[in-house]
Amino acid sequence: MSMTRQPALLGTSGLIFLAVLFVAAVLVPVLNLYAAPDSAVHVPTYVVSLLGKYLTYALLALSVDLIWGYVGILSLGQGAFFALGGYAMGMYLMRQIGTRGVYGDPVLPDFMVFLNWKELPWFWYGFDMFPFAALMVLLAPGLLALVFGWFAFRSRVTGVYLSIITQAMTFALLLAFFRNDMGFGGNNGLTDFKDILGFNIQADGTRLTLFVLSALALGLGYILCRFLVRSHFGKVLVAVRDAETRVRFTGYRAENYKLVAFVVSAMLAGIAGALYVPQVGIINPSEFSPANSIEIIVWVAVGGRGTLVGAALGAVLVNYAKTYFTSGMLAPYWLFMLGGLFVAVTLFLPKGIVGTYYDWREKRRQHDDIPDEPLATPRPAE
Amino acid sequence: MTSSARLFRLARVLCSALALLLAAALVQRAEAQDISAALSQLTTNKYDDTEAALGALALSGSPAAAGIVSALADGKLVFGGLPPRVFIEGPGGALLDPLTMQPAADAPAVKPVRVNNRVRRAIEAANGALSLVSPDAGKRREAALAVGRSRDEAALPALEMALAKESDPKVKSAMNLARASILIAKEGITPAERIAAVELVGAEGNQDALAILRSVPESAAPEVKQAAAVAIEGIERNLAMWGMAQNVWYGLSLGSVLLLAAIGLAITFGVMGVINMAHGEMVMLGAYTTFVVQEVIRTSYPGLFDASLLIAIPLAFLFTGLIGVLIERTVIRFLYGRALETLLATWGISLILQQAIRTIFGPTNREVGAPSWMSGSFEIGHLSITSGRLWIIVFALLVFFALLATLRLTRIGLEMRAVTQNRRMAASMGIRTNWVDAMTFGLGSGIAGIAGVALSQIDNVSPNLGQSYIIDSFLVVVFGGVGNLWGTLVGAMTLGVANKLLEPYAGAVLGKIALLVIVILFIQKRPRGLFALKGRSIET
Amino acid sequence: MTDIAIPEPTTAAEPAPAAKKELTEALLYLDAVTVTFDGFRALNALSFTVDPGEMRAVIGPNGAGKTTMMDVITGKTRPDRGDVFFNGGTTDLTKLDETQIATLGIGRKFQKPTVFENHTVLDNLRLALKGQRRALPNIFHRESAAARERIDEIFETIRLTEHRDRLGGALSHGQKQWLEIGMLLAQDPKLLLVDEPVAGMTDAETAQTAELLREINANGHSVVVVEHDMTFVRDLGVRVMCLHEGSVLAEGTLDQVSANERVIEVYLGR
Repeated sequence: MSMTRQPALLGTSGLIFLAVLFVAAVLVPVLNLYAAPDSAVHVPTYVVSLLGKYLTYALLALSVDLIWGYVGILSLGQGAFFALGGYAMGMYLMRQIGTRGVYGDPVLPDFMVFLNWKELPWFWYGFDMFPFAALMVLLAPGLLALVFGWFAFRSRVTGVYLSIITQAMTFALLLAFFRNDMGFGGNNGLTDFKDILGFNIQADGTRLTLFVLSALALGLGYILCRFLVRSHFGKVLVAVRDAETRVRFTGYRAENYKLVAFVVSAMLAGIAGALYVPQVGIINPSEFSPANSIEIIVWVAVGGRGTLVGAALGAVLVNYAKTYFTSGMLAPYWLFMLGGLFVAVTLFLPKGIVGTYYDWREKRRQHDDIPDEPLATPRPAE
Repeated sequence: MTSSARLFRLARVLCSALALLLAAALVQRAEAQDISAALSQLTTNKYDDTEAALGALALSGSPAAAGIVSALADGKLVFGGLPPRVFIEGPGGALLDPLTMQPAADAPAVKPVRVNNRVRRAIEAANGALSLVSPDAGKRREAALAVGRSRDEAALPALEMALAKESDPKVKSAMNLARASILIAKEGITPAERIAAVELVGAEGNQDALAILRSVPESAAPEVKQAAAVAIEGIERNLAMWGMAQNVWYGLSLGSVLLLAAIGLAITFGVMGVINMAHGEMVMLGAYTTFVVQEVIRTSYPGLFDASLLIAIPLAFLFTGLIGVLIERTVIRFLYGRALETLLATWGISLILQQAIRTIFGPTNREVGAPSWMSGSFEIGHLSITSGRLWIIVFALLVFFALLATLRLTRIGLEMRAVTQNRRMAASMGIRTNWVDAMTFGLGSGIAGIAGVALSQIDNVSPNLGQSYIIDSFLVVVFGGVGNLWGTLVGAMTLGVANKLLEPYAGAVLGKIALLVIVILFIQKRPRGLFALKGRSIET
Repeated sequence: MTDIAIPEPTTAAEPAPAAKKELTEALLYLDAVTVTFDGFRALNALSFTVDPGEMRAVIGPNGAGKTTMMDVITGKTRPDRGDVFFNGGTTDLTKLDETQIATLGIGRKFQKPTVFENHTVLDNLRLALKGQRRALPNIFHRESAAARERIDEIFETIRLTEHRDRLGGALSHGQKQWLEIGMLLAQDPKLLLVDEPVAGMTDAETAQTAELLREINANGHSVVVVEHDMTFVRDLGVRVMCLHEGSVLAEGTLDQVSANERVIEVYLGR
């Protein structure tokens, strides 16, 4: 009999992760709405938005882990997909401003009036409709990933070469979006949003809803990634990561597998970006900067590459640390710490927090042969 | 920019001036060389007479005329005595004879020749006309060029008069050109004359000539228009060629910058296979070394300023090389064979180095001066070449060949290549591979530091300096072919020239984006670069 | 004399009659295949055929072009010149890539055993098992009962049943070699290319491997084995071909080949 225990869709750590997420999604709104403002457990609205931002970062990290942890694609351009999703949402929010802008033009966003444009560029059409904008949140990053990946994977650009050209990709987009005549608000980006689906974007209720939606997106994103990596498809992905040539000689089109994973990952990043923008209230070209994309990698590295849960955990931890340190007197030292984190994690904690925990647990239950997790242990080396 | 604007203003003034003067001269019929009549007119204390006198002076050809006109402009021209005579007031109030500039024998009571706006315009006009006959050939030529540019018919008689007296061939040709420029559009000349003028202007072959030729009147004879069209086409072809050459020059200049930035990377990435994201920061440290050297020189040894770069080069090499060795020994050696991890760790190091420099020197740009031998520019044909850029190209090539020689000819170079090709074999032959690794990385970093010295001359010295080069450098190395120094050279120059040739069509930013896209596509077509090593060993 | 080039009498499209018969009957047909790396001729007008159901051993000194030959057949390297046909001349392999060639039914075992180290032995076989190869359908792929049965059979053949839940990377060197052969079997190819299957094996393992390959061959698979181990080649008891400097030096039974003067000179030694 060849029936062997398949790892469950959600392992122990997955269940813990979803449970924590669920509790947060319930508790934070409750504490925001019902705890007395001066009590210790009250969660002020700005914290809700901050937490919401962390959750979108966690989803972004998840998207990186799907391709880096399981396919070995170290994308230094993931921020580009995040930003494209963000811009798609930002364009919708811009169109919602209507006559409430500084110049009061019913159709043209302020920056276009300022640039003396007479009519809306064609690529802004349709963004006044939420469903269209929501579709674009998926399609814009998805298409870019499809085209870019199709070229890159077909011609077998791998490893650091791939990393470098993904970085060049986001750098090119950074330059492009800085240009005023691109029609995306240039340097200043898109901001001054008023409302989303008719709800005031500053209102507490809207902010809570966005937070809960972010938690929901993260949870669903996690389940989707988990479903993918434990499917036959996912096993091929890991096989591609470990021995791409072998995979080709076994008759699989490795490039197609990579492409599907890359596109899914880009779309997840796009969703993260779309949820991020209304919570922080702005999207500008700096989101495309290569430094941003590399920072995402360190979140995943800290949490543990190839563990999914670790990626989300790392994103929240590093960003909490960033918020904590950049707001106080330690601000000038934050970059030292972030830089040190890059070095320390690669030298001393190559499997990240969760990966190291799995190893430790694996050692402890040497006698107990239930292979729960991980599906595929991340390789220590490239 | 400003000099050409000044020239244009001069030309405009000159033209109106010449017209005025001509009128004055016709009435006056002054004897050339004899300016005594004009001088006595200056003593009447009437604006009209002063103006007429200026006209006479301008066309007199007298060597003293220029001095008299400028004294009038400065309010130093005085008159007095009986009969009234004109003097120039010298330093300390001494009265000088305007013709000889010797102190006058007597010292009558004097008052200045009065000047109003009309006279002031006449002064400017006289100055312009005088430059056409100025004793200084350079000034005459400049005046002729200005007239040519203004193309005012009224200036023709003065020009022809100056032309008749001119002996310097260079100035003469400039005057001929100016005359032809005027003739092209002049009414009432024969087609043959006009064609001669067209050909003369066409031979000049620059942007101005093009504008002149385009102004051949619609009413001109067909053969004239034909001649003009031929001349225009010739000039346009010529100018396009020069324009291309200028862009290629800019491209080579950019290419040399890319080469400098990438060449150290060609060692660390190309030879060792280490992805050093802190490479740009090594360049930045080199630039700051230059800054510190110049600060020390400024405060303690100002005489050495011109040597500051020469002093900075070895210091930058040693300093960044040392930092490189330090990084290799403490971080990178634990990560060999793990390219992506190395990438992340060195990125972390780059953040730390940037922040360290920001903490020490502040986040703003630091001023690094250029030594005198690096400033200035010269022209070859229609090419304008700045010395600074030229030096950087020369320097980049020097560094390149020095590095090539180091790898080919020295013991350490041999050991480096041995370790790269077969680490274990090298180790078993007694090569200290650890030491070679550290030295190789140090060498790559040191060269980045040297690049920083050069780049401090053309870029802002700020903590972010390195960031702007890192992506370009990687693209150059990958484009040229990893592990091949010649590939890096060709890659840098190709990307530099391609960038500058794209710019006129696409603009700077779009050109850059287009280039990034082209390189991305190229890498996908040839993942191993231009000069890839072929063979089965590459796959393993 | 004119400068007009005269076309080669034999082209891929229209082989000479004798060659044509050879072509249509052969499972694998190589003709005048040349591969050059930076001036070095790895293959020099290499020509040979493999018949359906045949097992063939390839020997030869290092650098004789054995691995390059496999690279050409499996689409990893494109030949500079020459023809490579499969399935009785119906398929031109030089026009296809690795994946297409693998799907056609050519399996390859590498010199250095390559299994999926982070997958269990079972998953290694599941991945190799003939079946759906496209990406999107495999997201929802479920294993059939027939597939499970087939995998159990292969486990019996390669004697790794009790290791099925271990990670591929945890196996010994010899076990990895067998797992890789098992993965080839799971692909169910018409032709197996096996590069040095017994390198680093004990004598007993070597003998077992020879038996395994004979068994595979008996089940109708054609096999080309590259091996240095002469005992193993003798155990196989099949037609032997000796490569030298990129072309066939001698071909025949092992005894014939090892009696060949040139073979002794360049490879076996005196």
